[in-house]
Amino acid sequence: MMIKLAIALLFTGVAGSLSAAPLGLPPVPIPENNPQTAAKIALGDKLFHDARFSADGKVSCSTCHSQAKAFTDNLPVSKGFNGLTGTRNAPTVINAAYMKTLFWDGREPDLEGQSKQPPINPVEGGLPDHKPLLAVIRKDRDYVRAFRGVFGVAADAISMDHVAMAIASFERTIVAGDSPFDRYYYAGDKKAMTAAQIRGLAIFTGKGRCVSCHTIEQTQALFTDNRFHNIGIGFKKIHGREAQTAEQFLRAKRKGADVDVTVLTKQTMSELGRFAVTENITQVGAFKTPTLRNVDKTEPYMHDGSLATLEEVVDFYNNGGRVKETDPVSGFLSGGIRPLGLSKGEKKDLVKYMEALTSPDLERFTKR
Amino acid sequence: MHDNSRRKFLKQGGALLAAGTLSISVVELAFGKGSEDRFTFAYISDSHITQIKGNRFVRNWDRGLIRAVAEANLLDPRPDFVFYGGDIAQLGKPEEIDHGLEMLAGLRGKVHYVMGEHDYYLDLGDYWRKQLGPDHYSFDHKGVHFVVLNSILTHENWMHRKWDSGMDRMKQMARLDNPNGQPFMVGDTQRDWLKKDLEKVSKNTPIVVFSHSPLQKIYKGWNFWTDDAEQVQALLKPFDKVTVLYGHVHQIQTNQIGNISFQSAMATAWPWPYPATYKQQASYMPKLTVDMNRADPFFERDATGWQFIDVHSGRVDVNYLLPDNTNRTVAFDEKAGHPVDTKYQAEVNRIPPQKHY
Repeated sequence: MMIKLAIALLFTGVAGSLSAAPLGLPPVPIPENNPQTAAKIALGDKLFHDARFSADGKVSCSTCHSQAKAFTDNLPVSKGFNGLTGTRNAPTVINAAYMKTLFWDGREPDLEGQSKQPPINPVEGGLPDHKPLLAVIRKDRDYVRAFRGVFGVAADAISMDHVAMAIASFERTIVAGDSPFDRYYYAGDKKAMTAAQIRGLAIFTGKGRCVSCHTIEQTQALFTDNRFHNIGIGFKKIHGREAQTAEQFLRAKRKGADVDVTVLTKQTMSELGRFAVTENITQVGAFKTPTLRNVDKTEPYMHDGSLATLEEVVDFYNNGGRVKETDPVSGFLSGGIRPLGLSKGEKKDLVKYMEALTSPDLERFTKR
Repeated sequence: MHDNSRRKFLKQGGALLAAGTLSISVVELAFGKGSEDRFTFAYISDSHITQIKGNRFVRNWDRGLIRAVAEANLLDPRPDFVFYGGDIAQLGKPEEIDHGLEMLAGLRGKVHYVMGEHDYYLDLGDYWRKQLGPDHYSFDHKGVHFVVLNSILTHENWMHRKWDSGMDRMKQMARLDNPNGQPFMVGDTQRDWLKKDLEKVSKNTPIVVFSHSPLQKIYKGWNFWTDDAEQVQALLKPFDKVTVLYGHVHQIQTNQIGNISFQSAMATAWPWPYPATYKQQASYMPKLTVDMNRADPFFERDATGWQFIDVHSGRVDVNYLLPDNTNRTVAFDEKAGHPVDTKYQAEVNRIPPQKHY
């Protein structure tokens, strides 16, 4: 029954997509105005790896989203041009196709919107605007040919929208399921997970309360609720100064400061999280729930990369959203975050379980 | 002078946090008319702080109140005061009231309180009054006359019946659909007091009445009800602009009876479903009230919230701050003559009412 279901998933609802859904994942949502084609995906792949789209000619998308590192950089916060650092940890591109919003604070609704920002952020690509990037493309014969083939546009009509659409199409192929957990849970292979991992799954869905936000559903698991929560990470930085920080941020925003630039360059304002986008005071310090697929390969963790290992992450949640039990609890903390009372063994099992979320075929992304 | 202060308010309000919670159209509407002072206050209600044992309390209710306090402290321009809509405690225990007040002490600025039935029926409000003072009073603020009523009283003979314990009485009153429960009322003494209190107030002074239960009759089984509501309404009838703000119902309600606008508050603890109304057809299904501590079991704050209230020209706009949800504004519409949800007013956009659980 389970196996049948998995096979059915592979072939349903992916019209226009070149990639069928792997075990444990739904079909990749493809926007109607940006259908997948082989040529567009290849073009996006090339753009994704082109370092010329940065001020020092060394930073491409793949600098911080490296295939060899499960599409992250394994750094606490990313390094942009001239080695400049921002405030946030690079999330994996793997399965980003399923995200309902992009960036840790969800400031872009889709992949098409996301890729436009980093090249012109002062601590990432460092370009003043998109013009130099488009100039490189328009002068490059291969690119001109490819854009004409994919979008039917002449060189001078190539726009940032075309670039972003191609990159998004490529990113929609970076999808990975079929982990030991998927085989255990959705394909009925009772041997796919170890005894410790099976115990860890019970902690994950029970005492650990992880599944409240990192969702597992009947036929699929995205491991994210696509919501925003203040879980206590980094928020200590503005403890007691939340009002002033929010006020300073809004003043700057009203005067025209760009959200993307502000949150990546101002350490304290970065901690406002989703509030910086929505200005909704019920979302102060709230960040998007990331997927946990391949989490064993995407260290360090959290929006500021402040936790190095999965053990540290488990300890953090076990302490009720605190690195140390003696740390203060913020009034803005999500009510779902609470001390869990996990034993040493339970914590170990939970980590083991998260290791079972790694897809077996990540190497295929490193072939190029 | 007035113009100046309004412009100042707009300048600050437009730049700061209020802009995030108030829709621009509301701000413009407010400044386009009237000469009264404009001001804001926050309204937090129904925290139901529940003691488990000793210093252990139900965490989710604690966090709901703590978070509302933290968020209310972000409001800018600062609200003139905060109103607490009742039911600090779940079973009226001194430990619960004290624990709740400790959290509420984190609020910046003055807090006014109204008595809820969960604060009252253990000791008939003794501990609450000891900590917070009288349970009915009035005050004037920037041209508006505010009245606070204890609307959750009931028949004297029931309250003073020979109970095994105060807790026994409390538990009868804390239940929904309880055939042994009693309807809430303001009572003769307070209505006499109200009559006298209002005698000194001119008829064109805007009146805002705070009560815990709605001063209107909505659903008796859950005490969304005040038995002498009509008599209280009659005392308020001679005034041009009257608003009644109440807690208790843990859901957004709005109504207009004659000159009186009614607006409810969300709870910080848990939501109630909308009750059945008398207009629904008879149901032959067995009646069952399911405890619903959250609408979405995977989201502990779902369908709870608190309010940021904007008073202008004697009218009251309620901005509902709903965690991880679309905030809503129910504003007084001068043309319609009653409060209107600025977002969900069109028939096609309306959320269908929930059937009785």
